[in-house]
Amino acid sequence: MSTLDSKIPEGPIKDKWTKHKNDINLVNPANKRHIDIIVVGTGLAGGAAAASLAEMGYKVKSFAYQDSPRRAHSIAAQGGINAAKNYQNDGDSIYRLFYDTVKGGDYRSREANVYRLAEVSGNIIDQCVAQGVPFAREYGGLLDNRSFGGVLVSRTFYAKGQTGQQLLLGAYSAMCRQIGKGKITMYNRHEMMDVVLVDGKARGIIARNMITGEIEKHSAHAVVIASGGYGNVFFLSTNAMGSNASAAWKIHKKGAYFANPCYTQIHPTCIPRSGDFQSKLTLMSESLRNDGRIWVPKNMDDVMAIREGKKSPTELTEDERDYYLERRYPAFGNLVPRDVASRAAKERCDAGYGVNATGEAVYLDFKAAINRYGKQKAHLLGVENPNDAKIIELGEAVIEEKYGNLFQMYEKIIDENPYKTPMMIYPAVHYTMGGIWCDYNLMTTIPGCYAAGEANFSDHGANRLGASALMQGLADGYFVLPYTIGDYLADDISTGAIPTDSPEFDAAAKEVTERLEKLINIKGTKSVDYFHKKLGEVMWNNVGMARNAKGLTEAMDEIKQIREDFWKDVRIPGGMNELNPELEKATRVADFLELGELFAKDALAREESCGGHFREESVELDGEQKGEAKRNDKDFAYVAAWEYKGDPRDAVMHKEELEFKDIELKQRSYK
Amino acid sequence: MNLTLKVWRQKNANDKGGLETYPITGISEHASFLEMLDVLNEQLINDGKEPVAFDHDCREGICGTCSLYINGEAHGPDRKVTTCQLHMRMFKDGETVYIEPWRSKSMPVIKDLIVDRTAFERIQQAGGFISVNTSGNTQDANALPIAKPMADKAMDAATCIGCGACVATCKNSSAMLFVAAKVSQYSYLPQGQVERKQRALNMVEQMDKEGFGNCTNTGACEVECPKGISLEFIARLNREYLGASVASE
Ligand SMILES: Cc1cc2nc3c(=O)[nH]c(=O)nc-3n(C[C@H](O)[C@H](O)[C@H](O)COP(=O)(O)OP(=O)(O)OC[C@H]3O[C@@H](n4cnc5c(N)ncnc54)[C@H](O)[C@@H]3O)c2cc1C
Ligand code: SF4
Ligand code: FES
Repeated sequence: MSTLDSKIPEGPIKDKWTKHKNDINLVNPANKRHIDIIVVGTGLAGGAAAASLAEMGYKVKSFAYQDSPRRAHSIAAQGGINAAKNYQNDGDSIYRLFYDTVKGGDYRSREANVYRLAEVSGNIIDQCVAQGVPFAREYGGLLDNRSFGGVLVSRTFYAKGQTGQQLLLGAYSAMCRQIGKGKITMYNRHEMMDVVLVDGKARGIIARNMITGEIEKHSAHAVVIASGGYGNVFFLSTNAMGSNASAAWKIHKKGAYFANPCYTQIHPTCIPRSGDFQSKLTLMSESLRNDGRIWVPKNMDDVMAIREGKKSPTELTEDERDYYLERRYPAFGNLVPRDVASRAAKERCDAGYGVNATGEAVYLDFKAAINRYGKQKAHLLGVENPNDAKIIELGEAVIEEKYGNLFQMYEKIIDENPYKTPMMIYPAVHYTMGGIWCDYNLMTTIPGCYAAGEANFSDHGANRLGASALMQGLADGYFVLPYTIGDYLADDISTGAIPTDSPEFDAAAKEVTERLEKLINIKGTKSVDYFHKKLGEVMWNNVGMARNAKGLTEAMDEIKQIREDFWKDVRIPGGMNELNPELEKATRVADFLELGELFAKDALAREESCGGHFREESVELDGEQKGEAKRNDKDFAYVAAWEYKGDPRDAVMHKEELEFKDIELKQRSYK
Repeated sequence: MNLTLKVWRQKNANDKGGLETYPITGISEHASFLEMLDVLNEQLINDGKEPVAFDHDCREGICGTCSLYINGEAHGPDRKVTTCQLHMRMFKDGETVYIEPWRSKSMPVIKDLIVDRTAFERIQQAGGFISVNTSGNTQDANALPIAKPMADKAMDAATCIGCGACVATCKNSSAMLFVAAKVSQYSYLPQGQVERKQRALNMVEQMDKEGFGNCTNTGACEVECPKGISLEFIARLNREYLGASVASE
């Protein structure tokens, strides 16, 4: 078993990044003009990287499958972005953000990376404000903060419920400036189909022009993959319809190790599914847990009455409600981390207390908050002895100010007014902590190939804290890659442009074309969605919120079977040389059908419960933590990095042992 | 629900295109409009026909990709929603529903219901940014307080998702609401002041170059805009542009 070199710099943790920046090679400005970099993805990670690299003088080519960089799925992030600014003077610091992130990740992330993330987090906010990102402000004109699950300070910056949108539009505007200057060439509606290696180094990609179907060869001195997460392997998730694993999976097949594929975040507050036609799930920002209380009825009679529409949840008295998070976790209550909140909801629903027709929903109730805010507001406005109606009116206005767009979104989907009736929520697949393995420089195991943002595995361990993905994407793109990539490219200053008329490019393009031809010529009987849904079902049932050895083994076989059926029986109408959404879906689902199997294999190998990965065989048997997840640091404090060997089940695991020098390993307790 | 769909089919940019009729049955009123189209496409594929191509991605009203002209209205009959947030409960059982692409000569059809919106990209590239590099040494974010009402206004303007419904709905194919939203956002913020005049001039000039029509204040755009971008921003853009043109003379 080979060891992976994470290239963590020497020295005390707080000096590592500064020292590293001073030590690494630089490329002088005149030489940068002769160096090409391909960036796949225009989300926070890719967009920020492309803009920064172009500003530095590199020639950048950016790729996105949407018709504009601004539509990358980062746009959908709602709640906020963390930064250790300590503007609220509540004891926050770089160390505390670092500590919370490592703890929140259940001690399965790399300390040095996380520390760097916390270190640059403040710069991100400065940068975004300078770009004109309209963060929420207090009346005094200073930036406002909210708190998010799993922490005890208020360090989350936000722009209404549209933080991702505003941050992405910031990065997009920086990109636009460089596109206008000719420093970035933007390839919209282009899908990366494969990476091209020359002499073992990443030297370009094969892309498909999604309008004409043309297979194009693009060369560069380095390739950055910032293609987002792979949650859509579950079919239903909060990801965009086009979100995919293909770019990451393609580099995996060419030599990039895939780390911890089983670490998935199942987000506790999503709108429950309503029928078979369901195409995706919608998140209700975690920030709602600041003000909403989660409950199900205590009595089964009430559950039944509610399901049959004979009773409304508002009729239940306080005594008849089970605020199960407050009951089980008095210290953190409704603000426990996501994995804990999700499992607790599943536990109640599995026990039969789910409150909608499918039995898969719990309440998120704002009544107490509306009352509290209403009273505060009345006091502020000097309203004497306000009646209940007045309090509710004032309180609802405060809630609207904070979460108006989320409440509106909920009402449009469910057709119920959440100011009056508690929201219904249920966990859904949301984020993938696993991803392409990379070292401290964000380089994968393919020289010259980098991974950034959700596509890499780097910072969140086995569970990501709320508002940390936006931070990581922008940190990677604005502040990490632009430095570290120079260290590698310094050797390329006299290489000259990489030609695309080489045997390597020809072979890669041919392979892509043949695969597409093969797919189109199957001419089977079932749609791509049919197979995708089947895969999703297996993933959700056997590889979802709770996993066990038997289920995982079965899942591996079932996924293999679905994959084989897919390659025999999928039907893709239309041709290759035209805009063909079914063909696009098919190539992505083909990759999900491979990734899914590796995912289950990884979950099977990790015989412990940690973060979002819960193995039913590994729970605390007694004491205060009875029934809670049981981590096993002695045997599993490592990153599982998988090397591709032809069939997903034949992948070989390489371990990066995790060392914790600055943080003591503890059981996570939110009690 | 059972519906009769009249869907615009067009093989490519050069094809003339026309409406096709598809009956569809058993649709849940809780399904979204795009989920209804998913069902139609599944049906078409099973019948060995080509599915209808339409643009969509996030399906939660924020990416701005979806873009359908439904029964003569951009994003359909509901207000302040995108096509992907439109639900079938807005339609009546037995209804005939017309589904067409955005229509504007500056946003030509690529295939079926998908149009080319890259004109918006070029307008953004002409000036939709603040010229600040990533350095890690920018001044502290709280060094410059911004009055909450101004910050809120900037946020209201910044909410635009770049969908193009304003253009599609305007009888002149004007892109003023879109441009006004961006220009206004920066005009409210201290960071946007240095390039304020040039930005307005450059973005408007590019908008004209792209062939978008003039704004005659019909107000249709505001009604159909899924994000409620207000006409007052157009008035603001007019002032910005006028001020800038006078200054540049
Ligand atoms: C609904 C929702 C809400 C969230 N809320 C929050 C929050 O409040 N706070 C927080 O911190 N995090 C949040 N997250 C997580 C966070 O938004 C994401 O992890 C992050 O934005 C991912 O950014 P990214 O740049 O890595 O990828 P993305 O933004 O997903 O971008 C991926 C890019 O890759 C391109 N791409 C993908 N595949 C290909 C291909 N094969 N060829 C070419 N291009 C390709 C796409 O076109 C796109 O440009 C949320 C996530 C979701 C889904
Ligand atoms: S102004 Fe409104 S309608 Fe026009 S692009 Fe923006 S969000 Fe769409
Ligand atoms: S699909 Fe994103 S706004 Fe409709």
